[in-house]
Amino acid sequence: MNILDYMKDHFLFLDGGMGTLLQEAGLQPGELPERWNISRPEEIIRIQKSYYDAGSNVVLSNTFGANGLKFDDEELETLIKAAVENAREAARQSIGTQEKFVALDIGSLGKLLKPYGDYEFEDAVAMYSKTVRFGVKAGVDLIFIETMNDSYDTKAALLAAKENSDLPVFVSNAYGADGKLMTGACPAAMVAMLEGMHADAIGANCSLGPDQLVGVMEEYLEYASVPVLLKPNAGLPRSENGKTVYDVFPPEFAESVGKLLEKGIRIAGGCCGTTPDYIRAVVEKASTITPVPVTEKNRSLVSSYTQAVEFGGSPILIGERINPTGKKRFQQALRENDIDYILGEALKQQDAGVQLLDVNVGLPEIDEPAFLLRAVKELQAVTDLPLQLDTTDPIAMEAGLRAYNGKAMVNSVNGKEEVMSVIFPLVAKYGGFVVALTIDEGGIPDTAEERVAIAEKIIKRAADYGISKKDLIFDPLAMTISADTTAALATMQAVHKIRHDLGVNTSLGISNVSFGLPSRNIITSTFFALCLQDGLSAAIMNPYSQEMMNVYYAFRALHNMDENCMDYISYAQNLPAPTMTAPAAGAAPAGALASDSGSSSGPATELQKAIVRGLKEKTGSLTKSLLAEKKPLEIIQEEVIPALNIVGEDFEKKKVYLPQLLMAAEAAKAAFEEVKKLMADDGGEGPKRCAFVIATVHGDIHDIGKNIVKLILENYGFAVSDLGKDVPEQTVVDEVIRLHAPIVGLSALMTTTVPAMEETIKLLREQAPWAKVCVGGAVLTQEYADAIGADRYCRDAMETVRYAEEIDQALQG
Amino acid sequence: MDRTTILEEALTSETKTIPQYLDYETPSVNVTEWLRYSCIPVYEQENAAKDPELAASMEKALSLVSGVLSFRVGFVVVPIEWGKDGFPVLPFEQKSEKLKKNLEGGRKAVLFAATIGSGIDRLIRRYEKADPKLGLLLQGLGAERVESLCDTFDAEVKTSAEKLGGKTNWRYSPGYGDLPIEVQRVFLPLLDAERRLGITLSESCLMAPSKSVTAIIGIKFD
Repeated sequence: MNILDYMKDHFLFLDGGMGTLLQEAGLQPGELPERWNISRPEEIIRIQKSYYDAGSNVVLSNTFGANGLKFDDEELETLIKAAVENAREAARQSIGTQEKFVALDIGSLGKLLKPYGDYEFEDAVAMYSKTVRFGVKAGVDLIFIETMNDSYDTKAALLAAKENSDLPVFVSNAYGADGKLMTGACPAAMVAMLEGMHADAIGANCSLGPDQLVGVMEEYLEYASVPVLLKPNAGLPRSENGKTVYDVFPPEFAESVGKLLEKGIRIAGGCCGTTPDYIRAVVEKASTITPVPVTEKNRSLVSSYTQAVEFGGSPILIGERINPTGKKRFQQALRENDIDYILGEALKQQDAGVQLLDVNVGLPEIDEPAFLLRAVKELQAVTDLPLQLDTTDPIAMEAGLRAYNGKAMVNSVNGKEEVMSVIFPLVAKYGGFVVALTIDEGGIPDTAEERVAIAEKIIKRAADYGISKKDLIFDPLAMTISADTTAALATMQAVHKIRHDLGVNTSLGISNVSFGLPSRNIITSTFFALCLQDGLSAAIMNPYSQEMMNVYYAFRALHNMDENCMDYISYAQNLPAPTMTAPAAGAAPAGALASDSGSSSGPATELQKAIVRGLKEKTGSLTKSLLAEKKPLEIIQEEVIPALNIVGEDFEKKKVYLPQLLMAAEAAKAAFEEVKKLMADDGGEGPKRCAFVIATVHGDIHDIGKNIVKLILENYGFAVSDLGKDVPEQTVVDEVIRLHAPIVGLSALMTTTVPAMEETIKLLREQAPWAKVCVGGAVLTQEYADAIGADRYCRDAMETVRYAEEIDQALQG
Repeated sequence: MDRTTILEEALTSETKTIPQYLDYETPSVNVTEWLRYSCIPVYEQENAAKDPELAASMEKALSLVSGVLSFRVGFVVVPIEWGKDGFPVLPFEQKSEKLKKNLEGGRKAVLFAATIGSGIDRLIRRYEKADPKLGLLLQGLGAERVESLCDTFDAEVKTSAEKLGGKTNWRYSPGYGDLPIEVQRVFLPLLDAERRLGITLSESCLMAPSKSVTAIIGIKFD
């Protein structure tokens, strides 16, 4: 019988702990248990038979650590084959009469994936794929991925299972006492991702006893529309005479698990510390309980690697600022591969209060799939807001969805068959919450009824791909009322009908409505309020617009979505005080300082003072007004650079410390941003000194120091190409050659990674002999730098700047 | 069982104990150390304290980490055998002169790993881009937090050891002096650190979460 059919009407019982039983049978510390499949098969069969005898329907093959990191391919295949045969033999020998299945057990590779670790996501997928293929070949009934404590690692394993088999896949995560995975994911986030990728059953195992997992299980049951599983430890371990003992015994264990079966758990077993007696007790307890049917929960979720965002309750704000359309400065950032600009936009929007970020990096002249992939990875390294991938290029969409850690929002499909047939398969495979525009081959219909008809068509088509309507969100399209004054009415009616008649979420790009009108904010924010009243679930919007945020907070307070109006109050209290007039232009006396001033005579102008004191916003606004009367390059030469020199010299004299230097650097950056904006509008380039390639060397993942050096170098006008951390030797060389960069900075924190630095320098000398190399990082000293053949040891950011200036001047001169 | 009982029981064991795990409350913040780890030397700190911008950032850093960190230690106690070559025989291979000196005359060693979890790494990532000075302060705070956790654990080991007539030396970490960082590859599995503490090792033996520490405390009995 197929396991999924069996599960429809029955509880499914799993096995219990394996490790402790193997140790009792003589497994030595450090010995790999998987090898016992061949060296001691009789012990494995005995233990597994005892689980089948106790009533387990599913026994996991003894392959928890069977992966390509521990075994070569030949041994791996042999071990997995033997493991599956052992479990089959145990089933044959068992006296139990229940349905019996063998699962391929897959545990974590034990590698933390990038960006927090050093292992590539795709390498993990490839490793898990090997195990899956060998398991499928050996003839298992299902795949059981377990004890995963990281969301991205879990995705890699599930993707491998899905890409290499058609078998049912169960996924079980290990939660800590705080109810989260080690890397921060909450249960709702895992439910969203795993259900989106069509796992057949999901839940938790290990770490804790059944009572400590009640909260986690309740959250699973609240959100999951697939069967939920539980495989807890026998309570908490402690040491007794050098042996591990657990504090929950079979009767209490069965009692606790039974309570969760009554609440809706459908699959149960045990993990560390449990034995066949525990399983027997659970099976017996369950005989008195009727399984709770698994029902569709209809919860519309997207997730990141830590949190889930739900649609359909309080309205969701999606920040629209990561989009080059009509933004010259953003386009320039894309062309220059300036990912930091995009990350800055993300973090600013997060601070402004959005719950999701739309990510659109499409420009005709850039490689959109590569850039979107990079943007997804880099964004997920700095923000835990879920992302909405916004592209019309299906290849870019797949690259982004595949690498995304969580369940992303997909922007977008529409009623055209050619679009649905390309995007829906991606969503079915990787999961996703899909924006569907009510437009089709016939264009955008004028009436609400026709838009609703398209929505109905899309819902049917999505169902063909196994995508339920809870994973769709319709955008009935806001058109400008300056062209047709009935346009907004049609949109609002469509929102109302789709939400209330079809029971599906809606979203709008709000601001189109006011296109072509003066003071657009007035129309846009009022339209936003009216749409919310009609049931709009989400808006793609500009979170820097105070009018829009006013509407959002007021709506939530008025609709009983804001307990005690706390959110509104805290929002309102932080509103800027109303100003009578805009700050007067030219507030800074211009030109008061000679441009050659390199002495630390103290800041002379308002702008210089603002930079020296690290006042970012003030620096930005002063620069903006100053740009009305001074040339951009003059501002840089006469204001920003002298101010930076003052702080830099004070730092060198130890009059100021690193945080102050960074504050000044950030403030200077605000000035540069204003200048760049103006120059992007004029189509010009910013002032640049020579190229500077910077990297943390291969094997080293510490990049805080390197990032500081980069920031300061950029301030001094160097064209910094930052290769990031853990950078392979040849990558550094290739970039130096590409830019013909005269100077390279290498950073290493650990003694163990200094050899990689030495190797990089060696390759540079061979292939890019013109480049000077400076090195820095905690372990380095002048002697060390000399020994590995560097040109200069730079103790801190300012020393690096001084050295770079030397080289730059030599080039000019 | 309370921590003291667990530690004392483990320290009386004549054989290698199983790994055990202790959860701690938030230790109080040592501001001097925090600022020192944030690249503000001790002699500058009085001056720095007068800077309202810095004070505001420090306050923000504290509020950001509140509720985000978890304080966890895993440890085993092992008997120290002394080899014919004079080096201590430990569960990992090494010939470190400095560790030998540190453990001199010792009969038992506590091998431990301490971590404050991965939340701090996410905060550092976010703020080193959005607000570098805050990123630096979070970085320093993370270092101070995990060191404070080690100090707390270390002090408890010391107290328990003294009760049993033993004496501890200062803790010694893999990667320090001539003890190669590669011993981490054996050290962490001894503590089942990946599964129980969430600590993984990169190819070059760096730990993630980054605010994690492994160390050895030797105990002498006179």
